[in-house]
Parts: sequence; structure tokens; C-alpha cells
Amino acid sequence: MLKIENLCVEIPGKEILKNVNLEVNAGETFVLFGPNGSGKTTLIMAIMGFSNYKVTSGRIIFKGEDITHLPVDERAKRGLGLMFQRPPTIKGVSLKQMVEVCSGKKDYAKEWVDQLNMESFLERDINYGFSGGEIKRSELLQLMAQGCDFVLLDEPESGVDLENICVMGKTINKLLQKDHHRRDRTKAGLIITHTGYILDYVEADRGCVLINGNFICRGNPRELLKDIHRSGYQECAVCRK
Amino acid sequence: MPKIDHKKLAKAAKEKKAAFGEDVDIKSFGKKKSSHAYIRDLSNIKEAERENLLTSGIDLTGKERSGTYLQMDHNVVHCSVKQEGLELMSVDQARDKYSWFEDYWWKAVKVDADKYTAQAELEPHFGYFIRAQAGVETIFPLQACLYLGMQGTSQHVHNVIIAEEGASLHIITGCTVAKNVKAGLHLGVSEFYVKKNAKITFTMVHNWAEDVSVRPRTGTIVEENGLFLSNYICMKPVKSLQMYPVSNLVGPGATARYNTILVAPPGSNMDVGSKVVLAAPNTKAEVVARTLTTGGNIIARGQLIGEVKSVKAHLECRGLILKESGMIHAIPELIGKVSGVDLSHEAAVGKIAQEEIEYLMSRGISREEATATIVRGFLNVQIEGLPQVLKKEMDGILDTLEKEAF
Repeated sequence: MLKIENLCVEIPGKEILKNVNLEVNAGETFVLFGPNGSGKTTLIMAIMGFSNYKVTSGRIIFKGEDITHLPVDERAKRGLGLMFQRPPTIKGVSLKQMVEVCSGKKDYAKEWVDQLNMESFLERDINYGFSGGEIKRSELLQLMAQGCDFVLLDEPESGVDLENICVMGKTINKLLQKDHHRRDRTKAGLIITHTGYILDYVEADRGCVLINGNFICRGNPRELLKDIHRSGYQECAVCRK
Repeated sequence: MPKIDHKKLAKAAKEKKAAFGEDVDIKSFGKKKSSHAYIRDLSNIKEAERENLLTSGIDLTGKERSGTYLQMDHNVVHCSVKQEGLELMSVDQARDKYSWFEDYWWKAVKVDADKYTAQAELEPHFGYFIRAQAGVETIFPLQACLYLGMQGTSQHVHNVIIAEEGASLHIITGCTVAKNVKAGLHLGVSEFYVKKNAKITFTMVHNWAEDVSVRPRTGTIVEENGLFLSNYICMKPVKSLQMYPVSNLVGPGATARYNTILVAPPGSNMDVGSKVVLAAPNTKAEVVARTLTTGGNIIARGQLIGEVKSVKAHLECRGLILKESGMIHAIPELIGKVSGVDLSHEAAVGKIAQEEIEYLMSRGISREEATATIVRGFLNVQIEGLPQVLKKEMDGILDTLEKEAF
């Protein structure tokens, strides 16, 4: 469904990703581990097409189409969706309006609003004074309303309390059709995690570790997480050399 | 106390340039006086004039208005009031009616402030007198409209607005021009008096034209626990607009709030600010301005002066430049004269952040739609008492902006 080929990405004045290759199939959940500054966020921002993240070589193929040079909105229309780690605050634009933008209609997905406990935030300016956990729930609500086929989740658990991480997990599972049999799932996702906590709630199929802009280790996400917990990312880097 | 000779003071200030704004040559405007007939029934207003009045917030059915004052050029063409305890008439009538009228004449604005105030005294063309008697609350807003109907004319009005003790007054003023009028000059002096525990909400909408110059001169005196709420909206072209209304909070616990929305198309020059003097303990002020240029020039001023202890005021000025040819100059000023004042400001001028546009785009809307959504949000200041028709009008203007600017 999503194929990254020899991708090199730079942010102004600095090369971040070096020849990255990745393939995520329909129905799959892929987990991306990596220390701070390894390039995880850069990868998903580049996949979404943000102008600050410049693809210098390589290709991004989505549903068989080369989207490397498509604008952000065209990627969204093709079914890509992103949960931001630090989304901007936009004064005067309410969460409700954002949800309407996402769903393309006035009906704002009441059941998701209730499930994510966001009713009291609907009239508030988007992200203005939201706590870390509230941002995550708001982002997830927007993705639900958007009805994406492929979701890019940037540290969905960071800043979320224990009670809400469970709610988030449930919703992400719904988003990724975990309630369907594996062979019937059509949606897919790429999850960035720092701590791995989200894996207690969302079952993932494959994973890899990104260090210094390179994938250095691939495998079963639970096993990868165990190794990282035991020996740290430093060991990950050494182990493959 | 000896009577002040306003005419004499005005004559002496006849050539006195204003502190701000381009110097307008008053003599270059036509001297001919208009002779519009009185219109008893507002529904008889000509079709061609209706639209501009409506888009200035004037309700011609008068259904949800407590009263209407309509002045075209130099004639009062309609004046009616429905609610008991509210008075609405021309200042000339009020002067004849009340012996105390002079106590409110040139007390909140100085007659010799500049050549424009002087001109309003030397060559006056009416203006409205609005008064809410003690304890009276307006059920529906009063509306007033000052209209330029003759090409190249100048209109000099002087308004007096009084909310007596415990009264609550809500006024919507629309200033506009006839369709055929491209050039003209509007000088408008307004003096507001908010008595103890009284409240005035004043919403002013300006719909001028490409070659009209406008010099409003406004002063407000707010007494103990009084509240003055001023909303000003100008989103249409204007050649040269300069105003710097001042509120003097003289009674303990008095409050002033100003909301200003300016949109400057190419060719427009706007120099607009709000000033509040906090001269009594526990007075408060909030001044908010949202300015946007699509090619015009805006100077957004603001000044808070804390004269005594235990006062609190905040100034917020945000400017958005949508076209490179436009300019926004924000000048927020705080003057604290004693310790124990709490004055603050935040000002920001710039373009829309790329990050915000792309955030919205990532939800599936185009760059143009994203920009429009952000601009709408930017101008979405919660204005108390803004009539529905004005909200729609603002939407309409934004739609046009989108087509032209993005």
C-alpha cells in the first residue's frame, strides 16, 4: 500500500534521512522505533508532503501511484492521514470546524466525539491550551472523521494518562480495523513510538529501528521493544554492525 | 464658571494639523448644501440606497431596533424612537430642549484638538443626540446612519451619547456612501458619557468608497462602575481613514473594551487606534485589534495610560499581511505613571504560517481553502451585539477577499 524507495530527505540545511526503504501492506500495522532526533518524524512528515521536509531523491509510492511531488491535500484526498505530535494552534478555528473539514460535512461524528471524550472541546480554538493528551485525542478524532486508509501516528501515547491511553488504543484499533479478521483488513498504519507503551493496546505486525536516518534493524515489534528495553538504542546500532 | 467660547477656540485651530494621518484639504470639498427631504417611512427609501444601508448594519424594517436616526449629507432625513426612556434627536433639537446640553458639548473631545474638530464646530451639520434615562435598558439597539449622498461633499457631524446612571444603551452606527459617490469627506465628532453603573455598547461599521477621507474624533468619559464597549469594523476601501478614540475612565471600577477589525484593500490608508486613560482605582481596559491587508496600508495604534494604582489593562494587536504590497505598522504603547499598574500588550504582524496552512491541507482541503479558513478564524473576534446581517456581510466580504486575494 505504501512503498518508500531509496528516500533521502533534508530539512533546511541538514540531511536527515539517507536512502530509506520501507513497504507497508494493506491491513498491516508497522511500528517505527528510534531515539530522539533519529528521523522518525521527518519520515512521516515527508510521506505527508510537508514543505519543510524536502525529498532530495527517492520515491514515495502510495496505492501504486508516485506521490513524491503531490501537495499535502492531494495526499490526504488519496487516503493518507497524519496524527501530529505538535500541531499548530489556530486562533478562531474550532475543533468542530476542523472535524467538519475532515469529514467534509457538517455532521461531526458524534460517536467518536463521545468515545474520545471531546464534547467539551468542540467549540474551543484548535489546540489552544490543549494538554498533551487532549491534543492526541483531538488528532485522533480528526483522523476518524477523515476516514483515512493509511494513518501515520506520531507518538500517539506521549503525554496521555493511563485511562486515556486505553481509550486511544481502542480507537486506533478501530481505525486500523483490528476488529476485522486479518485477511479482511484494508487499512494500514505506521506508528512512531518512543516508549512502546502503545503496543500494550495496539497489536502491531512488523517494526524497525531508525537511527541517524537509517533503518538498522527490522523484526517483530515486541521482540524489538524487548531488546531496546534491555540494551538501549546504542546496542541496537552496534548489534547490526 | 465663564462660558467657553467654542467658536473662538475653533477659529484659532482652523489650520491646526492633526497629530496623525495625512493632512486633508477641507477646502477642496464642495460647499454646496444638500436638500434631502424628510422620509417618514423607512420603507420608502430608494432601492439604490437600501443595499448600502443594509450592509452597514442598518435595519430598514426597524423591527428589531428601538429607534432610527438617518442623516444624508447635511439633512436629518429620519428620526424616530419607540422605547420609553430613550431619547433620539438631532443635537440641534437637544440643544433647544435641554438647558444642560452644553455640559456635554466638547467635554470628551477638545474643540481645538485639530482642524477637523474645529471644522465640525465652525460649519456644523447636525449629528445625533442619544440618551438613555436613568435605569433604562435598551431592548433592541438604536441605529444611526450617516450617509454621504453627494459626490465630492464634506459632512461634519457632532454626536452626543449619554447613558444616565444605571442605564444600558446599545447603538449600531453605519456610515456609508451612495453608489455614485466615490469622493468625499466625513468628519464625525462623537462624545460618549457613561454614568455610574451604566453601560454603552457601540458598534460602528464603516462602508466608505475609494476616494473618501474620514476623520472621526471620539471621546468617552466613563464614571464609577460604568462600562463602555466599542466595536469598530471597516472592511471596505477608504482613501484615508484616521481615528484614535480615547476613553477616560474617571470613576473607580470603570471599564472600557475596544474591538477593531480592519481590512485594507489596495489604495486604502488606515491609521486607527484606541486609547484608554485609567485614571481611577480598579479601572480596567482591553483593546483588541485584528488587522488584515490585501494591499493597503494600516497603522494600528494602541495606548494604555495607567495614572493611578490598582488598574489593569491589556492591548492585543495582530496583523496579517496577505499581499506583499500591503503594510501593517503596529504601535502598541504602555504608559505607567505610578507603581502598581498592570499594563500589558502583545503584538504580532506577519503572514499566515505555512505550518498552519499545511496542517489544514493535511485534512484534505486545498491551499486556498485552508488560507480562507485561517483568515476567517483570524477575524473571528467575538463581538458582543453584532447583528446577524453584519455577520453575513463579513462572510460576504471574506468570500470576495478569497476570490481576489488567495
